[in-house]
Amino acid sequence: MLATESKEQYLTAFNQSRSTRSASGPSWLEELREAGIASFEALGFPSHKNEAWKFTSVEPISSQSFVHANGAARSLDANEILSRSFVDAESCRLVFINGVYAPEFSRTQDLPAGVRVQSLAKMVRQNDDFLSAHLGRYARYQHEAFAALNTAFVEDGAVIVVPERCRLTQPVYLVFASVAGERQVMSHPRILILLGAASEAKIVESYIGLNSGTYFCNALTELMGGRDALIEHYRLQQEGDAGLHVGTLEAELERGCQLTAHGVTLSGSLVRNNVHVVLDGEGAACVLNGLYLGDKRQHIDNYTEIEHAKPRASSLELYKGILDGSSHGVFNGKIIVHKDAQKSDARQTNKNLLLSANAAVNTKPQLEIYADDVKCSHGSTIGQLDADALFYLRTRGLGLEEARSILSFAFASDVVARIKIDSLRQRLDDYLVARFRKP
Amino acid sequence: MLDIKNLHAKVSNQEILRGINLHVGAGEVHAIMGPNGSGKSTLAHVLAGRENYEVTSGEVIYQGKDLLAMSPEARAREGIFLAFQYPVEIPGVSTTYFLKAALNAVRKHRGLEELDAMEFLALMKEKTKLVEMDQVLINRPLNEGFSGGEKKRNEVLQMAVLDPTLALLDETDSGLDIDALRVVAGGVNALRRKDRAIIVITHYQRLLEYIVPDFIHVLYNGRVVKSGTKELALQLESKGYDWLKSETAAVQ
Repeated sequence: MLATESKEQYLTAFNQSRSTRSASGPSWLEELREAGIASFEALGFPSHKNEAWKFTSVEPISSQSFVHANGAARSLDANEILSRSFVDAESCRLVFINGVYAPEFSRTQDLPAGVRVQSLAKMVRQNDDFLSAHLGRYARYQHEAFAALNTAFVEDGAVIVVPERCRLTQPVYLVFASVAGERQVMSHPRILILLGAASEAKIVESYIGLNSGTYFCNALTELMGGRDALIEHYRLQQEGDAGLHVGTLEAELERGCQLTAHGVTLSGSLVRNNVHVVLDGEGAACVLNGLYLGDKRQHIDNYTEIEHAKPRASSLELYKGILDGSSHGVFNGKIIVHKDAQKSDARQTNKNLLLSANAAVNTKPQLEIYADDVKCSHGSTIGQLDADALFYLRTRGLGLEEARSILSFAFASDVVARIKIDSLRQRLDDYLVARFRKP
Repeated sequence: MLDIKNLHAKVSNQEILRGINLHVGAGEVHAIMGPNGSGKSTLAHVLAGRENYEVTSGEVIYQGKDLLAMSPEARAREGIFLAFQYPVEIPGVSTTYFLKAALNAVRKHRGLEELDAMEFLALMKEKTKLVEMDQVLINRPLNEGFSGGEKKRNEVLQMAVLDPTLALLDETDSGLDIDALRVVAGGVNALRRKDRAIIVITHYQRLLEYIVPDFIHVLYNGRVVKSGTKELALQLESKGYDWLKSETAAVQ
């Protein structure tokens, strides 16, 4: 299928469901969707000519057709979903199957007063005023095709609101499970996270594929961090072998707000992670912490963009990739320091470990600095396992495979150590030990 | 225990070992001395199985087996231990973590039961005392940020835990102050046993005051040019290696 035909498909699908949508939903939402589809129509799918997509072909997405899944698939096992997505049984969580909220797997008890953790579709039905004020405000759907597509088809997802000075100590998990059926399904989950001034929260988005069929998950998260808010955000991806995933985090931080955004990609056929953080207040700070593991013919692309918009903000970025088989990794890290953002401090590091001769990686830092009093640094490395270290471990009696697995695990360890949710870090640790030990 | 016969080896296509002959019996401590570039470290690494060191001729029989046919890990499991001159730093792996995996690989090979976490911890407690090593260090990333002395203690600690039959100490004295040297040598001496052989490679006679060898061999230009007992070390100390160099040149 040509990209233009594929684009037409989405336009046709949008037009066909227009009448049913506008009959049921509020008008502001329909206007937002119309703006989304108009933007997608103008943009089309990105090509290699687009600098931000230079190393990634979206053809696996644009050359296939997908349908919206109708409701949650039955006969799914709650325990399997939770353990696959690294979520504790007692945790606070919203679970979505093919993008549709599944209350039977969710649990939202024991939340502090004023905290809202709800399905987006439900809130739309309640027609909350603040939803119309915030939804679409942080996403760049006018410029990004996949954000536009998500906006055009926005239906369900999660809304998390933490009021001022509220400390939400337990992590909130959002689980998005895709189940490919006879027809190739797609979902466009939308997540809105609003954190009041001086509030604290830990939010984990976990994406999993429950079978090996082809599907397309296009998730978009809008996050607004109020003054001095303290946020840990995690995106954990374990899509199926044929799963196609585009995930976007759009974050805007006010003065003194601190965001740590973790991105962990463990599987999926084609995965594109977009992280865009705007440090929009003095002294705002973000830490981006990423780990991507490629194998087989996987393609994993991490695009991060940090904008220092106000003075004295800091960003610290560490992304590490381990690529095996014939997998292909991409890291594209852009840092923009705007004219008024004096005393900005930006540090970026990308390190890649190639475990096979057929694995490849492209790494590209981009700095755009318009202020004169800033500290900016970046560095990237691509290497193989250290032969001296391998020999050293083998002289102690460890087999070649075990030595390789220990060194691979060690390579990932500093990124893993930054994960502050103990149970999540432990599960990831266990996963990595098992994965690297495979023959 | 170990028989090295006419061993030749190349490193990056340059012949470094040019016909080494050496016999080491159980319970013996041998010292290999020699000037820089004589092939001492190359010999140690060839015995440990370093892959890019190419053996061009000769053989090494270890406990009746063809050592050169074995992988590095197989040699280790059969009881060979190399204490490195420059121990490798591995961020992200603690000594405890990797050494437990290593010990259990070795024990499995020897038909012994694997140690559980508690048993291993008790063993580590005992062995760290032997080398006077801080318990905190063994839970830190392997050798990362360790001082020279701490790295060498860690090598001797690993040796004590892995309980080798043949220990090779490659310039274990380099970069050590007297206190560290005493501790490291004490650790090695504690491991002397009638069924274990130790080969100490050193540039200086100093170490041999602490670890007294049964035999001393002088390596020069890839060959053993002189063998003797511990008194040979004193001769070398007073006359220096130049004495041997001129003597060897005269013989050749």
